[in-house]
Amino acid sequence: MALLEIKDLHASVADKPILKGINLTINPGEVHAIMGPNGSGKSTLSNVLAGNEAYEKTAGQVLFDGLDLDELAAHERACAGMFLAFQYPVEIPGISNMYFLKAAVNAVRKYRGQEQLDAMDFLDLVEDKKKVVKIRDDLLERAVNSGFSGGEKKRNEIFQMAMLEPKLGILDETDSGLDIDALRIVSDGVNALRGPDRGFLVITHYQRLLDYIVPDFVHVLVKGQIVKSGGKELALELENEGYASWVGEEGV
Amino acid sequence: MKIENEKSFDEIAEKEYKYGFVTDIESDSLPPGLNEEIVREISRRKNEPEWLTEWRVKAFHHWTTLEQPQWAKVEFPPIDYQAVSYYSAPKRKIDAPKSLDEVDPELLETYEKLGIPLREQEVLAGVVAVDAVFDSVSVATTFKGKLEEMGIIFCSFSEAVKDHPELVKKYLGSVVPYKDNYFATLNSAVFSDGSFCYVPPGVRCPMELSTYFRINAANTGQFERTLLIADEGAYVSYLEGCTAPQRDENQLHAAVVELIAHKDAKIKYSTVQNWYPGDKDGKGGIYNFVTKRGHCRGDNSKISWTQVETGSAITWKYPSCILKGDNSVGEFYSVAVTNNMQQADTGTKMIHIGKNTKSTIVSKGISAGRAQNSYRGLVRVQETAENARNFSQCDSMLIGDQCGAHTFPYIDINNPTAQVEHEATTTKIGEDQIFYCNQRGLDTEEAVNMIVNGFCKEVFRELPMEFAVEAQKLLGISLEGSVG
Ligand SMILES: Nc1ncnc2c1ncn2[C@@H]1O[C@H](COP(=O)(O)OP(=O)(O)OP(=O)(O)O)[C@@H](O)[C@H]1O
Ligand SMILES: [Mg+2]
Repeated sequence: MALLEIKDLHASVADKPILKGINLTINPGEVHAIMGPNGSGKSTLSNVLAGNEAYEKTAGQVLFDGLDLDELAAHERACAGMFLAFQYPVEIPGISNMYFLKAAVNAVRKYRGQEQLDAMDFLDLVEDKKKVVKIRDDLLERAVNSGFSGGEKKRNEIFQMAMLEPKLGILDETDSGLDIDALRIVSDGVNALRGPDRGFLVITHYQRLLDYIVPDFVHVLVKGQIVKSGGKELALELENEGYASWVGEEGV
Repeated sequence: MKIENEKSFDEIAEKEYKYGFVTDIESDSLPPGLNEEIVREISRRKNEPEWLTEWRVKAFHHWTTLEQPQWAKVEFPPIDYQAVSYYSAPKRKIDAPKSLDEVDPELLETYEKLGIPLREQEVLAGVVAVDAVFDSVSVATTFKGKLEEMGIIFCSFSEAVKDHPELVKKYLGSVVPYKDNYFATLNSAVFSDGSFCYVPPGVRCPMELSTYFRINAANTGQFERTLLIADEGAYVSYLEGCTAPQRDENQLHAAVVELIAHKDAKIKYSTVQNWYPGDKDGKGGIYNFVTKRGHCRGDNSKISWTQVETGSAITWKYPSCILKGDNSVGEFYSVAVTNNMQQADTGTKMIHIGKNTKSTIVSKGISAGRAQNSYRGLVRVQETAENARNFSQCDSMLIGDQCGAHTFPYIDINNPTAQVEHEATTTKIGEDQIFYCNQRGLDTEEAVNMIVNGFCKEVFRELPMEFAVEAQKLLGISLEGSVG
């Protein structure tokens, strides 16, 4: 069974149609990359998948792990194993990152019928995951994303992903804002999470990320539609030629 | 793609008030109305000494010359003071119950529904002493014996009048005089009962003292009077918590609390207030007009107010400190939550009189639905208050875009050595924050709870442990369905 099956997905934001018939299937174990010009609908796609109510799905169907996404609220999708690493992670003042993570991990575990982690087990898990995605202790103590640098926020997203062990990780431009070392650390983290049961949807503007996280498929999203799909060489092609042949001279 | 799984606003707002039930106990009430004869009758029924009767009568006459204050940012229809019944006591046998076994079982059941396990508390000796107030008259007092051994007097106000008239006479009205303000004056005339506590010199009260208030008999105003004295070097921590049953007509509540801290004494007064707030359209709910004031009478004394206010249709409340003793300290930590049609105008007054006096104000106002939440605070430094210090922090949080938060800080400095700092912030719980939490597996209610509790952390830290847990739960209940 496919992990994610998007069939003719249409979606609008503020009554403006953005996604105009997306078809995409991700099988367990696969990494798919999506590239495309600014404003083409990449973040819209990730928000629609994650169930952000600011985005309205107007047509089509999405099955996640066999479940119709229409039946699931945002938090249920997360609990069912969908994780979105945000392009712009929000700050939540007053709540420590650790506290937040513990609540999240236990919410997910509860949904899956697993036992709640107590403080000790939770700390063990944190130590474990810190080996996968290196993150400074002070960032874990501080309020969620509050005053984090751009790169620190992105790294925190990947750390959260490691903690929550999702089935599908959607990475929305996780590479932008990362320095070269951080890019490697984050990529190593993602690669460590790769496995036969897990899939990734990696949104990026830069072929460089795909040197680290090597995709099985690359899709080009332009004006709300996937205009071309191919293997990892397609990313190189795009790097050289840009999107001109699809968007024309005037841009998007 | 509209997701229906989240609980909707309406659904929760209509959810029955958790503590909305009415106990079926016959009340021994006076007919509605207020005049000198009623005031005298209240005093007579309580077998009060003449000086107290006359004090009430003076207060009553003064009250008739006053007008209800209009300055607070709250709106409500005029109150018909003649339609209120000013005295209600549960019927009981000639002598008061000596133990819980003698207490009306139905009453005990009510307390149990409210989650006040009196019996258990008696067994769990030494944790909390409860002077439980049902309506206006005390029905059960525990741990009295143990406290008595230490010389601590903790009893109902009526008992104090009977057994310790000299203390009551000495301190009653010494912090909040009967002429203080409209509602305090009304209370002085008609107060029914309340709690009294005296901690003798050098004694540290070994347990948290607590009182649970609740309003019952229909259309009965509540006029509690609390008087707490910490003598030289004494310490006491007092908890006040209340919840009220559901009502259709508005209920008037005008309590007075007076605290006196002598030299080197410390008083910590914590409140969790959860009177019935009315339904989502603003129907019903308690009108809560409270005068709470502490007097740091001696040098090095300290009074600390902590309040978590989630209930009432209208809250009008400014727990204050008069810092008379040199080096005395006043603190005010407050969380005020308003949802739906609730209105709160609350804050504090810190009056610096002595040298090197210090005050801290931390106020967290949370507003949801169509509610209005105002912080109103006064910091006054008198000429005599050399080196006074104040730090105020007033933070507001808005949930949704139909509610309001307002801050009215008044600062009045009459001594150039004063240092006064004021910080204020307003934040909004954004849809994007909620979605971020949702995306990590937390449902919307959990997310709101978490964000709000994080916002209030500094205040909850000041509450005694078991109260802090209760307060967090209350906050959750109060804000259920405010986003989604
Ligand atoms: N809340 C909104 N209101 C109006 N328009 C919106 C809103 N959110 C997104 N859009 C529009 O939808 C289009 C797609 O935006 P989206 O964020 O999906 O692009 P993107 O492909 O992720 O771009 P980028 O590469 O810059 O991140 C843009 O034209 C954007 O302006
Ligand atoms: Mg984007």
